[in-house]
Amino acid sequence: MKRTVFKNRWLPYLLVVPQVLVTLVFFFWPAGKSLYLSLFRSPPFGGRDLFVGLDNFTALLTDAQYYDSVINSFIFAGGVTSLSVVVGLVVAGLANQKIRGLAIYRTMLLWPYGIAPAIAGIIFLFIFHPSYGVLPYFLSFVTSYEFNWLLKGWVAMALVIVATAWTHLGYNIAFFLAGLQAIPSSLLEAANVDGAGPVRRFTAIAVPLISPVTFYLVVVNMVFAFFGSFGVIHAVTRGGPGHATEIMVYKTWNDGFIGLNLGSSAAQSVILMALVIALTVLQFRFAEKRVTY
Amino acid sequence: MSTPATVARPRDFLVAVGTGEQTRRRRPFPWGTLIVHALLLVSVVVIAFPLYYCFILSTQTVDQVIEKPPLLLPSTHAIENYAEAWRKSKMGRLLVNSAIVAVSVALGKISISMLSAFAIVYFHFRGKTLVFWMIFVTLMLPVPVRILPTYEVVGNLGWINTYMGLTVPLMASATATFLFRQFYLTVPDELCEAAQLDGCGPMRFLWKFLLPLSWANIAALFVVLFIYGWNEYFWPLLVTNTADMRTVIIAIENIIPRSGTELPIWNVIMAASMMALLPPVAVIVFMQRWFVKGLIESEK
Amino acid sequence: MNVLRGAFVVLGALAVLAATPAVSFAKTDIHFWHALSGQLGEALEAQAKEFNASQSDYEVKPLRKGSYSETMTAAIAAYRQKNPPHIVQVFEVGTQTMMLSGAIYPVYELMQQHEIRINWDDFIKPVVGYYTKDGKLYSMPYNSSTPILYYNKTAFKKAGLDPEKPPKTWQDVEAFSKKIMGTGGAKCGFTTAWPSWVQVENMHATHDQPFATKANGFGGVEGVELLINREFGVKHIGQLAKWQKEGIFSYGGRAGVADPKFVNGECAIYMHSSALIGSFTKNVKFDWGTGGLPHWGAPYKKATSIIGGATLWILKGKPQPEYRGVAKFLEFLAKPENQMAWHVNTGYLAVSNTAVRNLEQGYHFVKNPKQYTAFAQLTGLPPTPPAAMAGKKAAPAKPERVSTPNSQGLRLGNFVQIRDAIEAELENVFGGKKTAKQGLDDAVARSNNLLKEFAATHKP
Repeated sequence: MKRTVFKNRWLPYLLVVPQVLVTLVFFFWPAGKSLYLSLFRSPPFGGRDLFVGLDNFTALLTDAQYYDSVINSFIFAGGVTSLSVVVGLVVAGLANQKIRGLAIYRTMLLWPYGIAPAIAGIIFLFIFHPSYGVLPYFLSFVTSYEFNWLLKGWVAMALVIVATAWTHLGYNIAFFLAGLQAIPSSLLEAANVDGAGPVRRFTAIAVPLISPVTFYLVVVNMVFAFFGSFGVIHAVTRGGPGHATEIMVYKTWNDGFIGLNLGSSAAQSVILMALVIALTVLQFRFAEKRVTY
Repeated sequence: MSTPATVARPRDFLVAVGTGEQTRRRRPFPWGTLIVHALLLVSVVVIAFPLYYCFILSTQTVDQVIEKPPLLLPSTHAIENYAEAWRKSKMGRLLVNSAIVAVSVALGKISISMLSAFAIVYFHFRGKTLVFWMIFVTLMLPVPVRILPTYEVVGNLGWINTYMGLTVPLMASATATFLFRQFYLTVPDELCEAAQLDGCGPMRFLWKFLLPLSWANIAALFVVLFIYGWNEYFWPLLVTNTADMRTVIIAIENIIPRSGTELPIWNVIMAASMMALLPPVAVIVFMQRWFVKGLIESEK
Repeated sequence: MNVLRGAFVVLGALAVLAATPAVSFAKTDIHFWHALSGQLGEALEAQAKEFNASQSDYEVKPLRKGSYSETMTAAIAAYRQKNPPHIVQVFEVGTQTMMLSGAIYPVYELMQQHEIRINWDDFIKPVVGYYTKDGKLYSMPYNSSTPILYYNKTAFKKAGLDPEKPPKTWQDVEAFSKKIMGTGGAKCGFTTAWPSWVQVENMHATHDQPFATKANGFGGVEGVELLINREFGVKHIGQLAKWQKEGIFSYGGRAGVADPKFVNGECAIYMHSSALIGSFTKNVKFDWGTGGLPHWGAPYKKATSIIGGATLWILKGKPQPEYRGVAKFLEFLAKPENQMAWHVNTGYLAVSNTAVRNLEQGYHFVKNPKQYTAFAQLTGLPPTPPAAMAGKKAAPAKPERVSTPNSQGLRLGNFVQIRDAIEAELENVFGGKKTAKQGLDDAVARSNNLLKEFAATHKP
């Protein structure tokens, strides 16, 4: 991709050593361990691992509930990513204008990102709780429909999507801001002379120019939502009602860390890893081609 | 700083109205700016509401918290709640640990990522493809999924209940490397050509040319990584075995009843959360200046 | 760059500060991992402090390791790394996993080897029974409770009901609820915490219905299956679903998520752990009372309830002499005066009969009749405390509930996930997505798979 490069025999190796070491020790080793465990049935305290071949996988793949969690994961990740990237872009665009009080606006926009996920979950519980939440209270003036996420699956899903997207928002705003600031002002000035309005300048010039950042954020948000962020789910719905908000990574964590079903959890994390690899390869191979550099 | 003319000059893109410098045309009223202010205010209200609500709850009594209709203005019990939160959570000493973890994670991850991304973008070397895929294929293997195997690894390294054990596993992800790669790719080739013509070596190029251009990204990364390290819960919980190695978030969790046999004192819990939020906020405010600094330096 | 350098300097200084070695004591440390937070955690720490002050050889160091599940998993991870704590607090649903782990030092054996005699016969049977195998006690009862009924006396008065008479039957619950809702005393009749523990596990026990085959799992690991989708389970859960539709019952979430519904007066009746009495006394503004869990009446027997909570397990893998300190600590905890203090400070049950008797003689139950409800329900006695006086023996009260094999407790593998499965299906039923029969059938099918899985993993 780069035409100009440096020539050096050993320097590049030296530069990648720390990252490669960390990756080997903290990804490949644990991943290998998970792969191994996924072929066994092992009691939590260890002692006697019983080889069961692919039993853990077949048990999952013949379980309708597992497929539900796969579908839930796609809905959840899609919802969270689109919501948090789009809102993040718009808000960053606004916070990148030269106006008074910018520092205050930016601080107020990034501050909420500092709230610990566990606490964020609790705050959302307060905002959404059917019996004492703020939102249901105000909604009750508008509609008599009961947004009881304790029993209504789709409401619960919408809730965890909104709340999780909110927890990612600060991240996206920060990087969009950083990206927007790198846009050459000459380009925007040129557009200004052409008489393009602020919205048009933003969508026609800024947005394409920061597409590498957008690509980065879409990938990272997707990966976060798919594989990382179940903090809100854990704090608020616990996968319920029924299994309506049970996504793959929550199930993996819950079955392993809470349920102590190590074999099945390991098999689930192997599937997750395969997915993360497939997703990454796909994104680098295909999606990246469309990004303007 | 002498940068070639074609280098990207990070600058705000401006709203035509209200900046004077750009437009000579006079407008009777800066509607554009007003709209931007209005939209920003709306965004702030929506985005910061949970934070505001956290603060509101932290000023109420324990009954007001679950009162219906909910109270939306601060109550009068702030001082006692915050004092109680400080006493109950015993967070004093733990603030130091959290700071060590958050700063180490942020600086460590930024350093290793910056270097490896530099190698990947600016060099051709044998095995580059392998290294590339090795790093990015596990772009993120979330902590929860690998937590037990990772504990085993850390145990084998003898890092349990140490700062190494607390921080290094949290640095393991390729997201920051990915970001730097994305950013380096947007830097025009001409910059590197010109630097090479000047006889500039790779490390000098990284230090003198790429780093100054990356300030905004580094600042953003520092903010998010600091907060990530600061807020991490499961890993510090698992890997520390003595009270003096714990972090603030664990202290807060310790006052939240999880056994389901005690009523939570939400007002005090929220007060503790607000206090734990202050260092991340300080970092955000502080990094603001870096955002701006990046601008000024490249405009010289 | 100065900023960065400055940050490194600060970091270095902090690291030095943090590395300053702590003053070492000659005492042997006993590591005690627990899951209690909030005021309960403070009470636990006070207990450890008192023990440490009482002797000079051992120092018990309590450390909260997260929620119950997190604590257990942390102990497992540490055990696998050969660096476990001496003592770990494990919730009742983890009992089977602990018993079959091969990683524990059973309490009866520990006490025998250190020649410390504790009269286990003095302990309340439903409590020790839950943790006893072949007549031997495996873990130290620590914080135990049982679900009881709480009711809002103010709402009862408003509805013209006798505020001293809690509902005794489910028919009462329905009738009272309707009255209360009709008079605006509360928006909903009743709600529940811990849906599986209260409405499924304990309802089966108190109605003398088996929860699972093989004596609720006490009879072995292989081939255990749940029985909650039979006539009684379907009837009870079906009725709850019907009441949910009518608004009499209002589902409020798992664990204690429903608490606010009772505390802010939305629901007039609440079924929850007896350990909440302390919190309620401090935080509930209206007048409230307690009663036994409601019963469906004939043809079902009225049986005692089962406990919940946690016990202390001793893990293998520490130097032998250190276990003497562990045994000493357990001896300390078993003392009636400490049992009493624990009960008074936390609301958890005092689990030795001597402690209960002492509490009676100190008029504790006469002064705090609510605290008696759980004892009565567990032992079968009527819920009103006997007005016992020091030195004078009151006539033994006539038992109101019987103790049956079905009310001894549950011993199931993968119990955490079984509860999850049951509660998820209950939500499907209450939400109207499934009938009670379908939901319970699905819960049983899933649970039986989990039980099979557990049996296969723990084959001797």
